[in-house]
Amino acid sequence: MLRSLIYSITFHSVLVLLTVLSLPFMLRQPIDLPPIVSVELIQITDKTSIPFAPKARKIIEETKKKEEERLVSEQAPPAAKAKEKPDRIPLPNEKKDEKKLVKKKQNPEEIKPQIRQASEFEKKEIIDTNQIAALIDKAKEEEAVKQKTNDKITQSSKKNSFATGLTLSQEDALRAQIFGCWSVPLGLPYDEDLLVRIKLKLKKDGTIIKSEILDHQRMNKPGQKFYKVLAESALRAVRLCQPLKVPPTGYDKWKDLQLNFNPTEMLKG
Amino acid sequence: MKKFVIIAIFNILLIKNSFALIEIDITRGNLDPLPIAISPLHVDIKSESYENIKIKNLGEDISKIIENNFRATGLFDPLKKEAFVQKPDIAHLKPRFEDWRLIKAQALVTGKILTVDGKLKVEFRLWDLAAAKEMTALAFTTTPSNWRRVAHIISDKIYERLTGEEGYFDTRIIYVAESGPKNQRIKKLAIMDQDGANTKYLTLGNELVLTPRFNPTNQMVTYMSYFRNMPRVYLLDIETGTQEVVGNFPGMTFAPRFSPDGKKIVMSFAKDGNSDIYTMDLDSRVVERITDHSSIDTSPSFSPDGKFIAFNSDRSGLQQIYVMRSDGSGVKRITFGNGIYGTPVWSPRGDLIAFTKMRKGRFYIGVMRIDGSGERLLTENYYQEAPSWSPNGRVLVFYRETKSGSKGEGFSAKLWSIDITGYNERRLKTESDASDPSWSSLLSK
Repeated sequence: MLRSLIYSITFHSVLVLLTVLSLPFMLRQPIDLPPIVSVELIQITDKTSIPFAPKARKIIEETKKKEEERLVSEQAPPAAKAKEKPDRIPLPNEKKDEKKLVKKKQNPEEIKPQIRQASEFEKKEIIDTNQIAALIDKAKEEEAVKQKTNDKITQSSKKNSFATGLTLSQEDALRAQIFGCWSVPLGLPYDEDLLVRIKLKLKKDGTIIKSEILDHQRMNKPGQKFYKVLAESALRAVRLCQPLKVPPTGYDKWKDLQLNFNPTEMLKG
Repeated sequence: MKKFVIIAIFNILLIKNSFALIEIDITRGNLDPLPIAISPLHVDIKSESYENIKIKNLGEDISKIIENNFRATGLFDPLKKEAFVQKPDIAHLKPRFEDWRLIKAQALVTGKILTVDGKLKVEFRLWDLAAAKEMTALAFTTTPSNWRRVAHIISDKIYERLTGEEGYFDTRIIYVAESGPKNQRIKKLAIMDQDGANTKYLTLGNELVLTPRFNPTNQMVTYMSYFRNMPRVYLLDIETGTQEVVGNFPGMTFAPRFSPDGKKIVMSFAKDGNSDIYTMDLDSRVVERITDHSSIDTSPSFSPDGKFIAFNSDRSGLQQIYVMRSDGSGVKRITFGNGIYGTPVWSPRGDLIAFTKMRKGRFYIGVMRIDGSGERLLTENYYQEAPSWSPNGRVLVFYRETKSGSKGEGFSAKLWSIDITGYNERRLKTESDASDPSWSSLLSK
C-alpha cells in the first residue's frame, strides 16, 4: 500500500515537474517580429556628380548617349534604361529645390529668408513623409516580388496571410499606395467617430469594378457634413490610385477588398 | 446517399473558394495641397460695362480672387490656367472629366455671369473630377459693385464643401495703420477685406488708437484711444461713424473685447497701479467688477459660450494666463511654462486658446488647449504679438515688427497669418505699416 503510494507520489511529482518545465515553452507565443523594411541604397556618386552648368550637362549627356549607343551595339536593351528614370528617387538636392519652389508659389511677393522664421513644425517638415512613404512603398513592392519568387514566408507574414489572405508586405504596399493618394481633409474634428468603410470589387489588374461606401446612408443625414467630406475624399483617393497595387496571384482572395479610412490619428497630429 | 456525397463535395469546394473579406486600415494620408482647377467664369452679357464695372472682365477677375483665396489657405493648389483644356462655357455645362483629370486636377470650379434686371447673377458649379459628378451648384444675385464679395462667398462655399469646415474669405480685418517715425507715430484705425482689398480708414490719426475688436455682428468696433490725455475704451459704429467713450471710469480703461453675444464689453480698468477686469452691459450701462486682486489683471477674452474668461495676470510673480468663470469665480492658472505669457484669445471653436509668449528676448505666437495642456508654439520672432482668430478657428492673424534699414535703425510692422498647424505663414497685404489686427466673423452669416 505504502509502496504504491510512494510510486504514485513520485510519478505525479515527475509529471508536475515536466508540466511546469515544458508547458511554458509550449505556450510561448511565436515572436512577432516587425516586418523588415528593406531600403534601397543608391550610390550617390553616380548621380550627384552631374554639374549644373548647362555646358557641362550637354557634354555629359552627349557622352551618355554615346555610351548608350555603344551599349546598344553590345546588345544591351536601351528601353530598360529609359524606364528607370521616372522611378528614380529624387536626390536630396532636387528635393530642396522643389521645396523652395513651393514656398515661392505660396507667397509670391514677400517672404524674405531673413525675415521668415521657421516654426518648430516647419522644421520637422524637412523630413518629407511622402517621400519616405514612396520609398517604403517601392521597397515593399520589391519585397512582394522577391517573396513570390523565393516562396519563403516569414513567421509574421505567414500569420498575416492566414488572417487576411494577403502577406504583410503586400498589404503594406497597397496601404502605402493609398496613403499617397488620400488628401486628408484637415478641417475635420478629431474627436468625432469618423470611420469610412469602402468595399471594392477589383479586376485582376487592380482597377476598380465597383466601389461602395458601406454606411452611405449616413452621408446624407443632416449634421453629417464631416462624414460626407471624409467619405468623398476616401472615394477620390481610391479612384485616383487606380490601378491598385495588388499581388499578381491569388485574385480570388483579394477581388473583394474593404478599406477602412480613419483620419483620427492624423487630425490629432 | 450519393446525393449527399455530391452535396458534401460541392460544399467543401465552395469553402475552399470563399475567403474572409480582406480589410485594410488606412490611417494616414498626404497633406499635399489639393490640386484644383478654377476655370474663368463664362460671361453671358452683351454690354461691355455696367456702372463703371467692366463686366466683360468679371469672369476672369472673380476666378482670380477665388484662386488667390485658395492659394492663401495652403490647403489647395490652384492649377495654371494655361493648362486648361475646355472653354469656360462648355465646361460649365458638362466638363470632360477625363481631360481635366489629365492635368492632375481633383476638383473643378466653373461658372457663369449674367445680368437680370440690372443685377448681377453669378452662378458656379463645383465638380468632383475623380467621381465625375457635380458636388455643389449655387447662384448669387447682387448689385454689380458687390462682385468682390460674391467671389469671396463662392470661395467660402467651395471651401466648406471640400474641407467640411466653414470658410473665412467673406470677412474683414480691422487693424491699426501706422506711419511716421517711432517717436511721432501716426496711428489710424483701418479696415480691409481679408485679402487686403478695399482698405478704408475709420479715424483721422489725430489720436493714438490701439487694440480694435469687432463685435459678433461686425457692425461695431471697440478700441482704445485717448480722451483728455487718458487712455479710454471707445465704441465705434462702422456704418454711421459715430463713436463714444465706454463707461464713466475715473482712470484708464484698456484691452477691450466684446462678449460672444455682443451685449457686453470686457476690459481692464487701472487705478493707482492696480488693474482689474470689468464688464459693462451695453444696454443698461451697468458696470461689474470681475477680478479683485492687487496684481495687474488684463487682456480678458470670453470663451465662445460666454461662460469663461481667459486673462493674464502677474499674481504669481511672472505674467501668466488664467481662466475663470465669467462671474469671476474659480480662477485657475493654466500656464506653467518658462517665460511670460500674455494676450490669451479664445478660439471661435472653443477648443484652443492662442497666446503670445516671451522668452529670452524672443516672441512666440502659440496655441494650447483650454486647460493649458498641449502647448504648441507656431512661430518665433524678434517682436510679434496680438493673435486674432479667423472665424473658423483655423488661422491666426498677428503683427510682427522687424528691424529695417541697413543698420537696423528703423523698424516696420506688418500683419502676418499662420495656420494652427504651424504651416503656411504668410504676410497680409496692407497699404501701410500695420499692427493689432482683429478678424471679423463671416459677413454673409
